[in-house]
Amino acid sequence: MKTFFSELFKKANSGFWPIFITLGLLIAGTISVYQNPRSLSAFLTLMLCPLLVYFMKINMKVKVFIGLLLIVVILPVLGIRNIFYLEVIFQMAVFAALALGLNIVIGMAGLLDLGYVAFYAVGAYTWAIFGSKQLSLLHSIPGAAPAGAEFALSPNYFWLFLFLGVGLAALAGILLGLPVLRLRGDYLAIVTLGFGEVIRVLALNLDKPINLTNGPQGITPIQRPPLPPEFILAPIRSLLTPIVGHVPTDAEFYNVFFYFLALIVIMIAILVATRLEDSRIGRAWTAIREDETAAIAMGIPLVKMKLAAFAAGASFAGGMGVLYAANRTFVSPETFSFLQSIGVLTMVILGGLGSIPGVIFGASAVVILNIQVLQNFSLYLSELRQSDAVIPIINFAWKDLSNQLDPAKYQKLVFGIILVVMMIFRPSGLIPAERRKRELVEDKE
Amino acid sequence: MSLLQTTNVVKRFGGLVAVNKMTFSVDEGHIVSIIGPNGAGKTTFFNSLTGIYRPEEGEIMFKDHSLIGLRPDQVSARGISRTFQNIRLFGSMSVIENILVGMHIRLKQNALDALFRSKKFHAEEKEAEQKASDLMEYVGLKNVGNELARNLPYGGQRRIEIARALAAKPTLLLLDEPTAGMNPNETEDAIKLFRRIRDEKGITILLIEHDMRVVMGISEHITVMDYGEKIAEGSPQEIRKDQRVIEAYLGREAASSKD
Repeated sequence: MKTFFSELFKKANSGFWPIFITLGLLIAGTISVYQNPRSLSAFLTLMLCPLLVYFMKINMKVKVFIGLLLIVVILPVLGIRNIFYLEVIFQMAVFAALALGLNIVIGMAGLLDLGYVAFYAVGAYTWAIFGSKQLSLLHSIPGAAPAGAEFALSPNYFWLFLFLGVGLAALAGILLGLPVLRLRGDYLAIVTLGFGEVIRVLALNLDKPINLTNGPQGITPIQRPPLPPEFILAPIRSLLTPIVGHVPTDAEFYNVFFYFLALIVIMIAILVATRLEDSRIGRAWTAIREDETAAIAMGIPLVKMKLAAFAAGASFAGGMGVLYAANRTFVSPETFSFLQSIGVLTMVILGGLGSIPGVIFGASAVVILNIQVLQNFSLYLSELRQSDAVIPIINFAWKDLSNQLDPAKYQKLVFGIILVVMMIFRPSGLIPAERRKRELVEDKE
Repeated sequence: MSLLQTTNVVKRFGGLVAVNKMTFSVDEGHIVSIIGPNGAGKTTFFNSLTGIYRPEEGEIMFKDHSLIGLRPDQVSARGISRTFQNIRLFGSMSVIENILVGMHIRLKQNALDALFRSKKFHAEEKEAEQKASDLMEYVGLKNVGNELARNLPYGGQRRIEIARALAAKPTLLLLDEPTAGMNPNETEDAIKLFRRIRDEKGITILLIEHDMRVVMGISEHITVMDYGEKIAEGSPQEIRKDQRVIEAYLGREAASSKD
């Protein structure tokens, strides 16, 4: 049976088959999502395409073309028909960037960081404080904001703060790194866990003595960067109107806009991660992970390299944090709980520690599972609950099913199951890390 | 003149004096051995030289500069490379990457070069790769550059460790029991390799070794340690006849009954 499948796969992955299959799936997926914007299976079919594009043996130029077609044309258009998809992809991008950053710290340098989400919070709160009315509310009691408060900065400052968020998060990474340099393994994990909690509790309590974070209520509204000017939007709007069936609103354009922003950030993140990995710095990180003593004996400056890993990892989260704050127009300490750190860790472990394509896949899979598959399952169950259907044989009426059994509440259970199952059966992840094969002169002999 | 000179180096672990007043020197271009029974403090002495431990007392001079207080990476940058008693390769990195890690201090690229893939970066990486390939061939490894280091047989791993140490372009190479666990043929090859490293590359070698054939075969100078102290030094012929050395190895009674 196994050989049958591997033979089948080999056949499907040679000659013209890959292009046929990929294009076929792309077209089928596009049409079915277009027809049934709410169908989960249609969306999953479409989401298989990027995987195929990545794994199939296709000419590089064709790959890039299909990828661009999917990303630049198909997804935004379909996204305007069902705005939820852009939200899903936005979240996938956010978590993929977080997973890529955490992957540098844990996967490459081997430093177990359980408080990673703190850096995300640093980025988010950076823009939240300066991009909202919070600066003029510093001396007022949370929740009792005077009516005439002004935004402190113009929304255009968002772009500057995108970079500031990256820098501040990197700085926070170094601050965390300094005291934990001598720690390894479990000790390091505990300290980083504490650090994550400290940042969250700071966000929760810095509404006194001056109201910096607005405490548990969070900060809102946070400004969004302005949309591109009308002379660019107008032609796109008239082009899209017949395709999506209505005149796209500004809200929908904002979704597309953030979708592209998130894509740009994730592209940069991927570029930075791959290039760092395949350089002197990346090799030093891996060496530290493999054997710290041997690494320092080989002349690797441990302090500098560990701090660099913390800073680089944190900077990804910082950038995405700024973007997240602008997208949601709201941040609160809730978002940056310990469980969120574990969630990102789950994505990294599911995809494969140290594997860049792996962690992106891991992040996408967990996001789809959490906000799509479980949600859909919940909807289905609640429909059953409202119907008069009965499970045959055991004679159990669906409407007697307890509300506690709502799959949407199982997020944490899913994290747990993924961690346990992966550690036992596939500790190196679904797409394990591979070392780059070099073309060596001596190998050609 | 001596390349490495230690004076009264003391290293204690709590009450235990692991290295006691070691005064010792290595001349440039020599192959020098440290021998001694298990637990004599040889490896601790090595670790004190390379900055992994900081000795409590004494002075270590290398090329007329003190090494005391330097971190291991700084010691490595000064030109001392080492291998380990238990092989310590970066197991899930490829063989060639292991050697490239050894070049870390000799590479000039920074993060920006790596991010923007500057010309300098490409040129340096290519050159480094070439040098690493050459080193692999030098230590007698072929067509294994892309293998994971942990997948190589024992003898091969020992060779990678030496190639990795050579990659840092040392003037002094410290080998900690380099032939431990080798069969006679492999040992023979290893001895030849050490000679070549000294003769062709002009690298001074200091080794800890248990195998007397190796020690007597290639060392120009031998220092014997026991209970953390130097008990004898001299040429292989002198060491062979030294009463204290025979006692240290065989025990006092066995040594006297031999007479």
